[in-house]
Amino acid sequence: MKGSGLRIYTLVYLVFLYAPIVLLPLFAFDKGTIIAFPLDGFTLEWFRQLADIPALHGAVKTSLIIAVSTAILSTTLGIFAARASSRYDFPFKGGIMGLIMLPLVLPAIIVAVSLLVVLLGIGIELSSWTVILGHVLICTPFSIAILNSAFLALDRSLEEAAYDLGETRWSTFRLITLPLVMPGIISSLLISFTISLDEFIIAFFLSAAEPTLPVYIWGQLRFPTKIPAIMALGTILVALSILLLAIAEYFRRRGIARTGGKDTGGFL
Amino acid sequence: MLAAPLAAILTYSFLTDGYLEIIRDFTLENYAEAVSDPLYRLVLFRSVMVAAVVTAATVLLAFPVAYFVSFHVAPERKSLWLFLITIPFWTSYLIRVFLWKVILGFNGVVNSTLMGLGIIDEPLTFILYNVNAVVITLAHAYAPFAILPIFVALEKIDRSLLEAGQDLGESKLMTFWRVTLPLAMPGVVAAVLIVFIPTIGDYVTPQLVGGPEGRMIANVIQLQYLRLDNYPLGSALAVLAMVTVTLISLVFLWLNRRFLKVKQ
Repeated sequence: MKGSGLRIYTLVYLVFLYAPIVLLPLFAFDKGTIIAFPLDGFTLEWFRQLADIPALHGAVKTSLIIAVSTAILSTTLGIFAARASSRYDFPFKGGIMGLIMLPLVLPAIIVAVSLLVVLLGIGIELSSWTVILGHVLICTPFSIAILNSAFLALDRSLEEAAYDLGETRWSTFRLITLPLVMPGIISSLLISFTISLDEFIIAFFLSAAEPTLPVYIWGQLRFPTKIPAIMALGTILVALSILLLAIAEYFRRRGIARTGGKDTGGFL
Repeated sequence: MLAAPLAAILTYSFLTDGYLEIIRDFTLENYAEAVSDPLYRLVLFRSVMVAAVVTAATVLLAFPVAYFVSFHVAPERKSLWLFLITIPFWTSYLIRVFLWKVILGFNGVVNSTLMGLGIIDEPLTFILYNVNAVVITLAHAYAPFAILPIFVALEKIDRSLLEAGQDLGESKLMTFWRVTLPLAMPGVVAAVLIVFIPTIGDYVTPQLVGGPEGRMIANVIQLQYLRLDNYPLGSALAVLAMVTVTLISLVFLWLNRRFLKVKQ
């Protein structure tokens, strides 16, 4: 068969990609407290333990608040920026857009330390807000990239037709533009939510008393006795994110089917 | 919003570190220290090397996968394959890195399997707490960032060009070398940059699986900031790292442009 060598190679590569994910539930359901083979037997103990850790619940709550705020803020900023860059010309457009997209190509640790320096310099205390600020900074470029293509795919004559039919600028935006770029907005929300939820280094530098979930996990990884519970937590997170992705994929396909387009590959 | 922090870090890198507060004196001492201290030089050099090896490994390993999905998978199943490739990366990065520690560790999966099969008698120690472990883990973590841009570039190639190449008497291999590869180059360049830039500043992986000799520049910056409270030196190191990344990226882009020009 044509390309069978490549197929085998790709399957081996997929095994490499999935190796850690497959191990996760194995250890989460394993009785032994040491994360190593051989396995000792089946238990649900670690999942039960998760319910009794208030610090964990706090971290989940902080993380969710931060991720939701980040998603909304960076998508809102992204809508404005993408709209401006795809429709209008203004002085220094290239430079300004380049500066906004810069965090995409900066190592996160540099964004983290420079924000830390500035925040301490002007005397702002570290809190969840500073983490949100950092996350918005790194998520906005992703939002802009996604929304930019959504705005560029939009047929300009549709908006002009609406103006001609007597709609105001705002009602045109609300009735015509917004529904058409909605898939872009939803994927921007999802992507920035996921990035923020998983982001560690900025949260590590900028959070104070309330750790986010990754910062909490990081703290727990130092204690060998806490690790099985973290594995259980990881299993839950993996299951949730696969579920979320499947839902997102389902809606994307339905959206494509509705507009009569052809399915041309993932949401990226 | 971003310019201010970057300007601030640049300013800080020229200031002197007092005991409890920053003395506002202009100085180049931090840079002198950062450049002359063999430790920092070694760490920066190691970061660049590790990032280069990771990038090369990731892109080379990813290319056949992207090629397979683009050229040998039926169009309606492509998104399913991409979906399969991206799923592992929506799980917590920290937990993934930690699991690599489990896989590579002294009693880890690799060692216990190999010993169980009787291939080795003693656990392999060269796979954890050193640079090798950092490379393996990062090559895993950044796989989709390499696969996706290459895939997009391959998808854009007009298939009739390949047929034309073969009609004109080129072998399959030569067609790949002279038509497919140059046309896929933008994707490869994007993949290289997307993998190289974040890996050089990665903190979690070297900290968890790198051990003392796998430490990279981000760990040193973090140490200067949060442990030693030496903001100016930390800033100087961060600026140096930033400059290094930018320079290497620019040189890479320039080389690539020349390479493509020669080809034409």
